[in-house]
Order: sequence, then structure tokens, then C-alpha cells
Amino acid sequence: MSVALQGRPGSIERYLFEQRQKRLLRFITCGSVDDGKSTLIGRLLYECDLVFDDHLAALARDSARFGTQRGELDFALLLDGLVAEREQGITIDVAHRFFASERRKFIVADTPGHEQYTRNMITGASTADAAVILVDARNGVLTQTRRHSYLLSLIGVRHVALAVNKMDLIDYSERAFRAIEREYRRFAAGIGMEDIVAIPISALKGDNVVSAGERMAWYRGPALMSYLDTVELDEDRLAELPFRMPVQWVNRPNLDFRGLTGMIASGVMRPGERVRVEPSGIETAVARIVSYDGDLERALAGQSITLTLSDDIDVSRGDLICAADCPAEVADQFEVKLVWMSDQPLLPGRRYLFKIGTRTVPGAVTRIKYAIDVNSLEHIAARTLELNGIAVCNLALDEAIPFDPYAVNPDTGGFIVIDRVTNETAGAGMIDFALRRAHTIHHQHMDIDKSARAAQMGQKPAVVWFTGLPGAGKSTIANLVELKLHHLGYRTYLLDGDNVRHGLNRDLGFTDADRVENIRRVAEVAKLMVDAGLIVLVSFISPFRSERQFARGLLEAGEFVEVFVNTPLPVAERRDRKGLYEKARRGELTGFTGIDAPYEPPEDPEVELLTVTCTAEQAAEQVMAALRDLGLLAH
Amino acid sequence: MGMNRADGRRVPAADLGSRTLTHLQRLEAESIHIMREVIAEAENPAMLYSIGKDSSAMLHLAMKAFHPAKPPFPLLHVDTTWKFREMYDFRDATATRLGLELIVHINQEGLEAGISPISHGSAIHTDVMKTQALRQALDKYRFDVAFGGARRDEEASRAKERVFSFRSAAHRWDPKHQRPELWRLYNARKKPGESIRVFPLSNWTELDVWQYLYVERVPIVPLYFARPRPVVERDGMLIMVDDDRLPLNEGEEPALRKVRFRTLGCYPLSGAIESSAETLPEIIREMLLTRTSERHGRLIDHDQTGSMERKKQEGYF
Repeated sequence: MSVALQGRPGSIERYLFEQRQKRLLRFITCGSVDDGKSTLIGRLLYECDLVFDDHLAALARDSARFGTQRGELDFALLLDGLVAEREQGITIDVAHRFFASERRKFIVADTPGHEQYTRNMITGASTADAAVILVDARNGVLTQTRRHSYLLSLIGVRHVALAVNKMDLIDYSERAFRAIEREYRRFAAGIGMEDIVAIPISALKGDNVVSAGERMAWYRGPALMSYLDTVELDEDRLAELPFRMPVQWVNRPNLDFRGLTGMIASGVMRPGERVRVEPSGIETAVARIVSYDGDLERALAGQSITLTLSDDIDVSRGDLICAADCPAEVADQFEVKLVWMSDQPLLPGRRYLFKIGTRTVPGAVTRIKYAIDVNSLEHIAARTLELNGIAVCNLALDEAIPFDPYAVNPDTGGFIVIDRVTNETAGAGMIDFALRRAHTIHHQHMDIDKSARAAQMGQKPAVVWFTGLPGAGKSTIANLVELKLHHLGYRTYLLDGDNVRHGLNRDLGFTDADRVENIRRVAEVAKLMVDAGLIVLVSFISPFRSERQFARGLLEAGEFVEVFVNTPLPVAERRDRKGLYEKARRGELTGFTGIDAPYEPPEDPEVELLTVTCTAEQAAEQVMAALRDLGLLAH
Repeated sequence: MGMNRADGRRVPAADLGSRTLTHLQRLEAESIHIMREVIAEAENPAMLYSIGKDSSAMLHLAMKAFHPAKPPFPLLHVDTTWKFREMYDFRDATATRLGLELIVHINQEGLEAGISPISHGSAIHTDVMKTQALRQALDKYRFDVAFGGARRDEEASRAKERVFSFRSAAHRWDPKHQRPELWRLYNARKKPGESIRVFPLSNWTELDVWQYLYVERVPIVPLYFARPRPVVERDGMLIMVDDDRLPLNEGEEPALRKVRFRTLGCYPLSGAIESSAETLPEIIREMLLTRTSERHGRLIDHDQTGSMERKKQEGYF
């Protein structure tokens, strides 16, 4: 681009005008370190004049120090940003690069090819219009090529260029290239990938990267750059779909203005068009599309806009504005595909937050139907999902949400999973469809409710939840508390971990997944008993914060009293009458809390009992006093 | 965003007759989306306002994002007291023109200790008056989210930073434990004491920013345009003598040369370039021809490879 400028002084305005007409393509490159991926991107940047002189100086310095090209410029080093990675010679995260051709601007997500970094590839691909898959012409289609392709199809990248690299090392052989292309197309058809263009290239020598060159005259297709210049942009497809806009923020500068802001996920909007707000289902029309530059006559997918409606209806963040004649579905149970991104495995039944569009809803994966082996694409049975695991699951949310299948619209069908304790983004998911069951199970209305039952008993129902290590004294103390309540005339029930495992939870073991389910069932039973008007004492190890938080969330404010029976491990071990710690120490019991399974102490319990400094009787009195302070006991 | 018609009048983007968005329109939409997401989820956000061209673009985007309301957060300028005088004038005029709250924070301890780029060098000055001062300001006003104008094309370690970049309660950045960012879904949940730096211009390039400022006619500090200015030449860099705090070496005589600045910071640390570019198109033309990347003019990045990454881990923006 600088060449054009030098020849024609004064042409800058025209140049800027042309620049402004350019559109934006986001793409991702996949391949392993050895396939020459970084070299290819480095080459694209270099050919597009985007490597600045001082970067080149740094590159020459680094090439001498870390380079793999024997002192020649190593383009790969332009991309590997972090110091540690540079020294290891690998890329370990998503890096974004920017360059431009005569026609388009490009944002490249460069992601690593190592198996353990599936997460990064999914992340990089989630915003990509297209993908470039590199294979080494000498090796052809490898397991990792298939893996990357499967991930691209999973995340819905519609257009793929298969760049067969290092053609210079196989004498630019057409036969070898065609064989690789055939094999790849056969595989791709099996995973539903449709739009594939195979391009023979040499990133090192530059053949078919920006222009065709003469060494592969037998190839009649586009060079990689012309492919990138012409491949379809996803926003054009989305603009053709029915209107969707998740409401992001309500703009109320004064009482006379109520603007609904958001980015249009699909479709086109004009003032006067009818819309339906989901999940409420209320219909109205768009009055104005307000912007800083004046009202707009039209707005399309990908624009961030501000709408006003003709009627003063209640709309808030998280609602989805839809074309009235083609609204989104609304449901609370789904079949989804999940990619797990956390070191902590996904546990069915555990409560997570699910962010879809601008709405964040609590919920749980109720069942893992099967996991998918990313190398063989085989279905495998799974009870949990580990880092980089992929599975088809049932998802149940606490509230019904508007959505479209992910395959139709990533913005209204894609979601992230947030761990409620660590706040990390633990996974990403894609809605396939709503499960019928969601529409058919309704809550039955009952005339006699919790307050009526409680009033008849003359007490306030509540759950007193004892948590602590095995042998901490939970059951002993809970038993004493129940005795005291009983003597005072309260109606109670004690749910004890060991007892419940003999019956209701007989089918559960001691894996993390089973522990989560164990607590989920007990919490639900406790909730029913509270509904029946009882004071429920729960004595369970309940090692995880998120499950105790779940139990708390099932009840109304003030109904849940968390009692932390705080006994240090050595003391609990010494008191152990059942000999369990000893067995665990000997390795005869595995998954034993405190020994080889974690216990997460409460952060802010209503009551904390330091059993080292008090007797069981004193501890029970402390709980009674706390129940009185909390207003749960009348006497 | 708008486009210039042949007669110079601006036309709202969607009226162009085309059913597509240009790259600048998409970048604008993404930045606005990011800002609104912060406002919807943060408790007490602020915008780091450095007075430079990227800040000007970011502020303009904020005006658009929240129109007809004002941006619902204050501007925070972490002042080293060594900025160019024209920068201070521009800062105050901008806040007044747009009717926004401006908070200026200076590291008083650093000031009392007499820390300056001249007596202590760029590394210590930057650490005390910028890095530490920023932490002080965020702690003092309890800002949980701060917008910054950094772009991924500036430097290699920035290319890997997230749009929502988490800082521990001690303001540290941990490049190994960043949250994945998928689609347009940003996870803004955090624990008390933790904070987030948000970079709405992450996907913009330097050329995009200049283009945008030009198309949208956004005011910028006049120091970006070439004018005759008094400078001295040191270690191959032209340093402007902006006030009498810059000690002149023996025999050193400020000379009036036509210069401009590609990046703005503390004046003793900002190298000027000789230039004749007096308009934005001329600046862009020069930029495309000179082929020297942006931060070259800043002394602080020159220590060694990887220096920016180290600074960021310590809490530099």
C-alpha cells in the first residue's frame, strides 16, 4: 500500500476513501507447530507490508537467538508474544493479528495445535467467519487435522480452506496434493462440513499465499489471499434471518426517554416494524432507532443500536426483541453440546450460571448423554466432563429463556458456563434443541401452602444444615439439637448422611459427581419438608460450597442456617470411632473427604462451632441460641 | 458511524444504501457493545483517560454508546505532572465540552519525593507516577472496572490479552490464567477486591483509529500535528522543551523545528518526529510511508524484549 502512495502525492484522500469501503473478515488458523502455521501468518503480514522496521529489527535479533531457520528471518517469531512461549518455541494461547488486503481487513486468531488446548481453539473459532487448516504436504491428513476439523464443525465455522503447506518439499507434486484433498473431503463430508477449498501452498517460499506464482501451474484455484478476499462473511447470512436483539442495557436519561440498547444478532430493523419481546411474549412496534448521528432509517445485524418502542411496556436486560412474525422459541430444558474449559470437572447436578446473550441464569446439567472422543469421534459413556472434554448433555435452567438453535444463530444459541464459586468461565455450550419435557411439566397449584401448614404447627420452618469433616461431630450435635427442639414442642426431622445413603441414595457412590447428586437429592427432600412446615436438621459432610449454596438457594431468605462444625483434621481423625480414617490412610477407602478428597469450608456460615474448645452439649446450646437470635424459635 | 458525502456532510451509516457494514462500522459496534456490557454489569466503572488519540477515539465511542445519556462514569486521568501543557489544556476543555466528570489523580508521595523523569529516569518515574499511581487511584475511588485504550496491535504481549482483563486484589495480571472469551459473551463476575481492565479498542489497529478520528471529526491534541516547536536532540530523539523544568546540557540550544508527535506521554520521554503533516490525512500518509511502529517514540519500551509484559504483570496499564 505504501508503494501506491509514494507515486501519487495527494492521493491520500482517495486512498482513505478506499480503505473505508473495506469489510472485515475474521478467521482462524489451525495446524500444529510443525505445519508452518506461524510462518504462514508471518508471511501474510510481511507480504501485506505490515511488519514495521523496528519489528523487523527485533525479529532479526530474536531469529538469531530463538529462531529455527538457522539465522534466516523466522516469521513465526512475529507471532509468539509471551516471553515464556518464545523461549519454549511454542504458542500456548490465542493471539490476534491484523492485516489488510486491497479488499478486506483481516483479524486472525492464531491458536495452538496441541491437544490439551482444545479450549483455545474453540475460543478462537467462536468469532471466526472462516478457517484455514494447515497440513504438511509430506504428512497429509493426520489425527490432529481431523480433530481441528471436528472442532470447527462443532463451533459452526462454515467455510474452510485446506492449505496443503510445504509443497516445495514434495516438488510441487499435483498427485500428492490431490490425494490429500480427496482424503480430506471424504472425512469432511462425514462431519457435515460443506464449503471446502483446498489450496497447495508454500508459506516459506510464498507460492499461492498472496499470488499464484509459476511453480504450480497445474493449480487453477485461488491463492490463499484471494480466498480470504472473497469468502462469505457470516454477518451477511445473519442479516437475512429474522430480527433478534438481546436487550443489553436500558438507557433512561430522563423520564421521557426509554431506550433499549443492544447489538443486533440477526436481521434488519426499520422504525414501525412489529416486534415481540421474549420471554414475556408482549408485542409492540419499534418507534425510533436513535443514534448519536441522528435517527436511523434502518439497522442491520452486527450494529449496536438504541431502540424505542411504541408502547410503554416492561423490558429489561436479558430480554430478546424478535420479529413479531417469527419469534424465538422459549424453553428451560435443552439438549446441548458442551466443551469443558476448567480444571475442575463438570459435575451433573452441580449448579452453574449460564450466560446466553445478555441473560445470566442459574441451572444445571442434568445428564451427560455421551462424551465425544475428539480423535476418533466415537461416543463414550461419561459421568463427568474433564478439561477439554466435549459432550452432548441435557441442560435444565431455573427460568425459561428465549433462544434459537446454535446452528441457526450463534448469538442466541451459544452460551458460556460460569463457576459460581471461582467465577471462572468453565465451559462453552451450544443449544441443539429444546426438550419437549420443558413444555409439559407445570407446577400444580395447591390451596394449602407452606405458611398454612407452618401456622397450624405454630412454628417457623427452616433447614439447619450441619457441614464438616467426617468425624467432626455433626451427627452427635445435630442429634442433641433435635432433642432440645423436640422437648420444646417443635416438629422436627433429622436427615443424616449415613442413613439416607442406606435408602434414597443407595445407588450413589463417593465420586465428586455422586456427591453432588447426593446433596442435590437431600436438599430437595429438605425443601419438601420445609414446605410441610418442619424444622429440618441436615447432617451431611457436604464438602462442596456450590452444593451448599444450591441448597440455600432452594429456600427462602432466612430459612437456611448453615452450621460449620469446625474440627481440625487431626482432631477428627483422633475421634473417629468407625475407623474410617485409618482405612483411608491405608488406601482401603478412596475418595475420603479430608484425606484424598477435598473439603471446602464455608466462607460465611450462620454458626461456626469450634469443637476443640467446647463439648457437644455446649455446641448444641450454641446452635439453639443462634436459632433464637435468627428469630426461628419463639421460646 | 457516519461517512462523508461528496459535499462533506455526514450521513448516518445505515442510510448508505448498502446492506453491509464496513470494517470500521463493525469495530465501532463491537466497542459500543463492550462498553454497554460493562455498564450493565459493573458496580463502579471509570474510563482511564490519557488524553492521547486512542483515548479520544474511546471517549467518542462512549458518547455514542450511551447517547442520548452521558457516559455513566467519570474520566480518570493519572497525572504524572510531566505531560505537555497542551495536553492539560485539551483535557480540561474536553471534559467541559462534553460535560463529563474528570478525576485527576497524582501520586502525592511520589511528588513529595521529587520523582521526575529527569532525576530518576524513565523506569522509576513510570513505575511510581504511573503504575503505582494508577493502583492508588483505583483503590481510592474503589473503581471495579476501568476502561483503557490499549490495542492488540501495539505490542506482542497485548495481542494475547483479553478484552476483559482481570487483575487480582494486588492489581496483578496473570497471562497464564485468563478467562476464555467466546462469541460476544464476556464474563464480568469477580470477587470483592478484584478488578477488571476492559479494552474496547482491542481489535482496532493504529490505522483504524486515525481513520475513525478523521471520519468522525473527533478533536485531538494539536501536538499530533506538525508545527514549529522548540526541541533539543538527545540520543537521536527530538525532545520538546515544553517548560523550564527540562535542564539543558552545556552548549545545548533549543532549536525551532517543524515537528509532531506520534504518541504522547511525559514530554521529556516523548520523542518528536520532523514532519510537515498538518492534517489527519497527511498524518496517515506519513504513517504509512515512515514504517516505524508506534511505540518506537516512547523511551519506556526500549529496555529489552518483553519489557511491556513485565510491566503489565506489575499493574502497568
